[in-house]
Amino acid sequence: MDFARVWAYSDMIIEGLQVTMLASVIALLASLFFGTLVAVMRISPFKSLNWLGSAYVEFFRNIPLLLIILSVFFIFTPKGWIAGTIGLTIYTTAFIAEAIRAGIQSIPKGQMEAARSTGLTYGQAMILIILPQAIKVVIPPLGNQFLNLVKNSSLLAMVAGGDLMYQADLISSITFKTMDTYVFIAGFYLILTIPLSFLVKYLEKRFALSG
Amino acid sequence: MDFVGAYSGANLSFLFESLLETLKMAGLAIILSLIFGIILGVLRFARIPVITQIVAIIVDILRNLPLVLIIMVSYFGLRDFGIQLDVFSAAILALTIFEAAMISEIVRSGLNSISKGQMEAARSSGLSYTQALRHIILPQGLRRMVPPTVSQCIALLKDTSLTIAIGATELMYAARVVYASQTSYMVPTLILVALIYFVINYSLSILSRRLEAKQI
Amino acid sequence: MKVSTFLKRAILPVTAAFMLAGCGSSDSASGSKENVLEKIEEEKVITWGVKNDTRLFGLMNTETNEVEGFDIDLARALTKEMFGEDTEVKLKEVTSKTRIQLLNGSDIDAIIATMTITDERKKEVDFSDVYFDAGQSLLVKKGSDITGVDSLGGKTVLAVKGSTSAINIREKAPEAEVLEFENYAEAFTALKQGNGDALTTDDSILYGMADEDPSFELVGGQFTEEPYGIAIKKGNEDFVEKVNEALKALKDSGEYDEIKDKWIKAN
Repeated sequence: MDFARVWAYSDMIIEGLQVTMLASVIALLASLFFGTLVAVMRISPFKSLNWLGSAYVEFFRNIPLLLIILSVFFIFTPKGWIAGTIGLTIYTTAFIAEAIRAGIQSIPKGQMEAARSTGLTYGQAMILIILPQAIKVVIPPLGNQFLNLVKNSSLLAMVAGGDLMYQADLISSITFKTMDTYVFIAGFYLILTIPLSFLVKYLEKRFALSG
Repeated sequence: MDFVGAYSGANLSFLFESLLETLKMAGLAIILSLIFGIILGVLRFARIPVITQIVAIIVDILRNLPLVLIIMVSYFGLRDFGIQLDVFSAAILALTIFEAAMISEIVRSGLNSISKGQMEAARSSGLSYTQALRHIILPQGLRRMVPPTVSQCIALLKDTSLTIAIGATELMYAARVVYASQTSYMVPTLILVALIYFVINYSLSILSRRLEAKQI
Repeated sequence: MKVSTFLKRAILPVTAAFMLAGCGSSDSASGSKENVLEKIEEEKVITWGVKNDTRLFGLMNTETNEVEGFDIDLARALTKEMFGEDTEVKLKEVTSKTRIQLLNGSDIDAIIATMTITDERKKEVDFSDVYFDAGQSLLVKKGSDITGVDSLGGKTVLAVKGSTSAINIREKAPEAEVLEFENYAEAFTALKQGNGDALTTDDSILYGMADEDPSFELVGGQFTEEPYGIAIKKGNEDFVEKVNEALKALKDSGEYDEIKDKWIKAN
């Protein structure tokens, strides 16, 4: 293993690391927002919204992320990393929506009825009473989704997204040190993901105890 | 966008042939990952000194890496150690390594979800640890593992598309061959291929829900 | 003790099965140490690594399920010249990103895939004599203000991963932003859709793209020399020599020009 040869391109690696982190965080925030929206649609009393929410979740959960990213890139033609981040958001929204739906449905129905009877509208009751309680149940699976996001962001490389994996591809084609490059880059992914996975385990334990 | 040209008979049959290749790859990888996933999961649950810790470290590393990277390493990287796999075997190897690690987590948490009291009760009724594991804990745990395992299989089917990184001739690769001939075929081809993946995976998820409903 | 018996029962057969499967698959890829020429003559099969996404040089035709192009026809002609009619030609797809690794570690005997001879690559593989003189150029939308490699400052240039053109363009136009894609189809689509201002690679490949969509044109002429060579695993001087002799024979007999005229018209 000749990591010095790879580290000679440290500025590319650091740039890639930044893109990977930025894309993951943006996609997480965006999918949290849209995921909550879709989850609320799925459990709302309106049939059409219900159907729309389910259709979204079922469709995007069941196709490869690579296809979503390529399609966003080649249909809407933004910059590679933007296409990648949008693709990640579309995909992760479907999973987060499922997690949040399960969380909301774990709150007893009586809560909604009680909230409504105090004069709150459906929307108010959802935002003020149900969602805050659901968050507890939802946080551990959300942590897992974030972990997946970081790993999945490696697909940005397929649309010249400038992320860690993209830089790895370039460095290995410059140096011909394929194994060294990918193993070295793997280390950087682990630096990002291992602490996250410990956080997820911690959250799982904590919320399991309190729940 | 040229839908008519992209969906010519030749292109369609080319895509469906490669779909068979995708299914073959996914099928083999699913079987292998289930076998290894269950073994690794049981090893982690069983708390055998040293072995459990080593397995835990390996599984944690593998679970936390992007699959594309594992694919690249198992194809190009193993060369450095004198192991030369053809594209298809390297794809299967990478998928198995990654998905087995994921499944082992499902198995471990499935087993952990069976209360400790069950094991104690089984032991006090005279069963050995192994017998209790095999006859009492595993069967119950397995039932709880079915839904997440099916999700993982769907994930694996989707993940086969990533083996395009090493040029494995599956569905995604065939899509690329089709739109390489004419770039106006690109979007129509991507849409068609998305629909193919959707139909297969959605059917699988419906099937899994039916199974779940039956068990309850 | 009891746990270990359980484990033994469970693990042994599975491990054995996997190891057997592993052996089976590694058999199909041959070792890199043996002499390639002897192997071809003995097995009566030669495996060429070719492109399948590059118009004019190597492009998969889904009608016939075969790859077609200049590289393919030349590979077949060379095989016939070297080993006669009864040696079977097998074609395996390679990409710019993967071809060197593939040659050095699989059952591919030689690579004929729009591959430029460079000193860097010579450290990894051996090359035949030049079989095609390409040069790097630029493809732009007709009416673009880009006239050559000097006018790329502040522009976005698209290239393909693992190609010499990606490395060259960073030297020749350091002011330009370079984006690298997986293959030519995707890079060209990105250009068409406005993700970049120019696409750079060998003119021979660019002519194929301009041929597909006439609203694009080449500008600035050749700004590098990209002599294509046939790549062969290191340590097979006898095979390299045989390829060179066959190449010369094809050029002398006029067959080379026939193949070239069939595919490359713009040059």
